[in-house]
Amino acid sequence: MFNYTFHWRPAIQALPQMLGGAVVTLQIAVISMIIGILIGVVLAVMSGSSSKILRGIAGTWIEIARNTPALFQIYMAYFGLGQFGIHLDSFVALLSGIAFNNAGYLAETFRGGLRAVPATQVRAARSLGFGPISAFRLIVLPQMFRAVFYPMTNQMVWAILMTSLGVVVGLNSDLTGVTQELNVKTFRTFEYFAIAAVLYYLIAKAVTLGARAFAYRLFRY
Amino acid sequence: MIEIENVHKSFGDLKVLDNVSLTVKKGEVVSIIGGSGSGKSTLLMCINGLEPIQSGSIRVDGIEVHAKGTDINKLRTKIGIVFQQWNAFPHLTVLENVTLAPRKVLKKSKAEADAIGRKQLEHVGLGDKLDVYPSKLSGGQQQRMAIARALAMEPQYMLFDEVTSALDPQLVGEVLDTMRLLAKEGMTMILVTHEMAFAREVSDRVAFFKSGKMHEIGTPEQIFGNPQRPETAQFLASVL
Repeated sequence: MFNYTFHWRPAIQALPQMLGGAVVTLQIAVISMIIGILIGVVLAVMSGSSSKILRGIAGTWIEIARNTPALFQIYMAYFGLGQFGIHLDSFVALLSGIAFNNAGYLAETFRGGLRAVPATQVRAARSLGFGPISAFRLIVLPQMFRAVFYPMTNQMVWAILMTSLGVVVGLNSDLTGVTQELNVKTFRTFEYFAIAAVLYYLIAKAVTLGARAFAYRLFRY
Repeated sequence: MIEIENVHKSFGDLKVLDNVSLTVKKGEVVSIIGGSGSGKSTLLMCINGLEPIQSGSIRVDGIEVHAKGTDINKLRTKIGIVFQQWNAFPHLTVLENVTLAPRKVLKKSKAEADAIGRKQLEHVGLGDKLDVYPSKLSGGQQQRMAIARALAMEPQYMLFDEVTSALDPQLVGEVLDTMRLLAKEGMTMILVTHEMAFAREVSDRVAFFKSGKMHEIGTPEQIFGNPQRPETAQFLASVL
């Protein structure tokens, strides 16, 4: 029946290696979020524009990002682009796939956030002599970010968890990649993956708590 | 000087401004009265280019507001406007609300902008609220902050768009006091208002609007005491 003996010692000894992987995981998540936020803001603005073409581009991006598996998006970045002679290494492919996904989801979130800022705010800013871009940057964006802060934190957690998909494009330096390599060498699947799961949990939890503290400092109004 | 000449504006079939002409000289206080939907507020939006016009011309200090080459952002720094909904920037403190435009638009240093901001906030009686967020202020205080925010740009003209209409009755007085002070200091002002007693008291001239047309303009004594047009008399009879 159950005759598996747990061997935690080698798994614990591999902890520093796994922590190294966790750092890579966090790196990918953070960079993909930054790119996702930048593109997401642009897409959100585009989808509210009067130009059909801009709305079309934004709409297509958002539809694909939200309605296809993240796994396929990462595959596309690695194998799909490879077919067209664009060869991304696994790190960049994973990063682009997640950034693509983040941008799509965040664009929808931001679109709602922009609606939460009354048009009269822009009018007030313009009447003071701000141009359209500075009015957006100084008055609309800060208010939008407050409205979408918690959904944005969710996306960050989601981005961390999505990095585990890097293993399908051969990434071996992130937390899942490192864990998988250790597993292949030792077949101590449960021990290694249990530790990896705890590390994912801790990173995600730290991000959520950090975001809450950050929001407390940032949004005093 | 603000020169409005034969301005027409419509939203679809609806004529909101129908051949409006009005000249406001430096130091003058002109009130615009009339029922809602008479085009009064739209006229103010047109003066600082927030709303386009279909024909006619509006010049501020000789600069054509609606001409293609006009630097509208620069022109707007000369024209302060305060709205019915005060539109405080909720993410900034009271002082930041007031100093943001001087810093970012007029490119003043933080110290310089802060000095102006403090001065203007004291001017409107909010000297003790500098670091508070607008959500902690009453409507009247937020409206006075909006006035200080416009004044911090050191404008040549101030436009007031029904600034007391959204306020609780007991808060109206403090905002009117602030405007009264400005009028006394010689600020050139156009105010759209429903406060007839106030219009009568502070204005050099009062204009009556109905259905986008300026039916009558004259001294407060004439408009309130001896209106020349039946429309004006009718309107005043209905509100006074």
